[in-house]
Amino acid sequence: MSRSCAVPAFPSLSRCNMALRRVLALAAALGRRSCCSKPPLPPDFVQALRAVVGAPNVSTATAVREQHGHDESMHPCAPPDAVVWPQAVGQVQELAALCHRRRVPMVPFGTGTGLEGGVNAVQGGVCFDLSRMDAIAELSLEDFSVTVEPGVTRKALNKHLRGTGLWFPVDPGADASLCGMAATGASGTNAVRYGTMRPNVLNLRVVLPDGRLLHTAGPGRQPRKRAAGYDLTSLFVGSEGTLGFLTQATLRLHPLPEATAVTIASFPGVGAAVACTVQVLQAAVPVARIEFLDEVMADACSRFSGMGLPVAATLLLELHGSRRSLAEQQQQMEEIVQQNGGSSLAWAEGLEEREKLWSMRHNAWYAALALRPGCQGYSTDVCVPISRLPDVVVETKQDLQASSLTGPMVGHVGDGNFHCILVFNSQDPEEAQRIHAFTQRLGRRALAAGGTCTGEHGVGLGKRALLQEELGQEGLDTLRSIKAALDPHNLMNPGKVL
Amino acid sequence: MAALRVLVGVKRVIDFAVKVRVAPGGAAVQTQGVKHSLNPFCEIALEEAVRLREAGAATEVVVATLGTKASQETLRTALAMGADRAVLAELAEGAAAGPREVAVALAALARRLQPQLVLLGKQAIDDDCNQTGQILAAILDWPQGTFASRVSLEPGAVQVQREVDGGLETLRLRLPAVLTADLRLNEPRYATLPNIMKAKKKPLEVVPAADLGVPAGPPRLRLLQLQEPPPRAGGEKVESVESLLGKLRHAGRI
Repeated sequence: MSRSCAVPAFPSLSRCNMALRRVLALAAALGRRSCCSKPPLPPDFVQALRAVVGAPNVSTATAVREQHGHDESMHPCAPPDAVVWPQAVGQVQELAALCHRRRVPMVPFGTGTGLEGGVNAVQGGVCFDLSRMDAIAELSLEDFSVTVEPGVTRKALNKHLRGTGLWFPVDPGADASLCGMAATGASGTNAVRYGTMRPNVLNLRVVLPDGRLLHTAGPGRQPRKRAAGYDLTSLFVGSEGTLGFLTQATLRLHPLPEATAVTIASFPGVGAAVACTVQVLQAAVPVARIEFLDEVMADACSRFSGMGLPVAATLLLELHGSRRSLAEQQQQMEEIVQQNGGSSLAWAEGLEEREKLWSMRHNAWYAALALRPGCQGYSTDVCVPISRLPDVVVETKQDLQASSLTGPMVGHVGDGNFHCILVFNSQDPEEAQRIHAFTQRLGRRALAAGGTCTGEHGVGLGKRALLQEELGQEGLDTLRSIKAALDPHNLMNPGKVL
Repeated sequence: MAALRVLVGVKRVIDFAVKVRVAPGGAAVQTQGVKHSLNPFCEIALEEAVRLREAGAATEVVVATLGTKASQETLRTALAMGADRAVLAELAEGAAAGPREVAVALAALARRLQPQLVLLGKQAIDDDCNQTGQILAAILDWPQGTFASRVSLEPGAVQVQREVDGGLETLRLRLPAVLTADLRLNEPRYATLPNIMKAKKKPLEVVPAADLGVPAGPPRLRLLQLQEPPPRAGGEKVESVESLLGKLRHAGRI
């Protein structure tokens, strides 16, 4: 499977690390286009952009373009040729129509917190930074829905909702743009109970690649369920900017839990922790968050946050409910944990205590990097059926040890989704090669178990080959037909997903 | 245990996330159609009071505000967060009040309700005055513990840890006392739907501000003028150090 690739010259990527690029050239999916030197945008075109949004809202400055050419992933920075900041959906439409006429690629940009290179402008073009469109509108407390534009992040929305008794529970960790979260089909620690983005998006206002405006559930509508035609909302959720611009999302809100309790349980081994998870779900305990840390991750997080946890496979559990139902859930949980050889549970119920435990978990990325200072991190993202989770996790751990890789594991085990945070020296091509081989084996292991190569991060730049294996030829051809129907000139975020 | 009532003073302010604009005329900010909410420091004070009651150290939490009818919404939020009852010292529409007026109203309420503890936020995020708690303590002649970052009740007294410029200072005050809450005192809870429903039934008394001795007429503190900061001008690149020094001198910066 491994093959050596000659690394093409990237004259426009002067600031990026050579070794990093080599790693990614090795790790990149087949067919990733090289970002060769392309002619800059013609001056009359840039002038036309300025005419739409005003000169201060168009930039071709190198620093600005580079800032918009990467996200939080390891994919090398691929700056666009220009960045624009539309202030209203009409401007997005005009800009899109302009780019469409001139066949210029377009890349949507929210907060740049993605993990798969979704905003990297591998074919150049214009980056549409939508963060200035930040209206929160149509909040309905009776219908539990709200409408947000791309500049609204999930934390900003929840602060806005303070005092209403409602919240938006999808929590991918980063303070990401909600429309961006819709674009990547984001998930997070609460998905096991509240769902991922897909079930929580009721309607999307999309600007299509030619500038036409589409409301996926019809303009101004947010029924809680509908059977009217093909589910366009679901099509655009997770489209990663390849089918259009998500300029507004109508979201489903949920009531805040009356009471919350969090606990940590340590287990004699990974198998026991994962088996416990499976049993919790099969017992139909409505657990709100169930997060797994392997012993390497538990140790790293504990040291990073000064928590003094035992070095063992660990589950971090959160329960939501009324006071009475919480007590019942706690009891059920204690029984199941004990049956699986877990440690006895101490429950944190106060807000500050609970936040302390979760911020320890949320710092997992940094805690992992702290294991080998000076190294880079890469997160895998497979998701398998719950019944196969124990085997897949145990095999993956064995693979990590056999490959001598540092890859602490953290996972939303309630969904069968786990991440290996691979910490490696990007200057070492041999280690980079082992990383690449490992991630390929992991992806295939997940596919063989009936799962997916990406549970929540998206396909982006790096998983296109695995997508083919996952969906099969018919699946991929169907995706391509849809893409061709909506974006025949392949202008929307080219080089991603397909 | 002996009854220990806590009076919490709160203020309805423009929400912290709103971009505030000066109204034409320069005498006020635009408030029409702008999102308002409970002042964050008042929320912290209220949270502390509710926690004291939940821990059994206090028996009742009364929340009060001096404001127009719109402030009722703010009081309902406070009730949803756990206050037992609310009092609105009502101002006429369009009337304004400053720290002095609020302190007079709260002092009158304190004499009526006989709380052992008055908790306020250290300042409001609209005027940043940081005066109401202090003026109130002076009117009542009660001890004050301002910028509180930790509060613990003892029989007949309260121990307060204060955030001061040099670090932390701990005081023990005889009750009754006035405390003002600083940021690190606690993390306020979010109101949940069942509590919001229950809050609708909790008592909310409306008292005309004049009945509490708040003088009619403009507040003691007069706002002379408001203006927005000048729009940000573009930067300038210079070719040499001499040129930089010349420009700085010309701008009167050196």
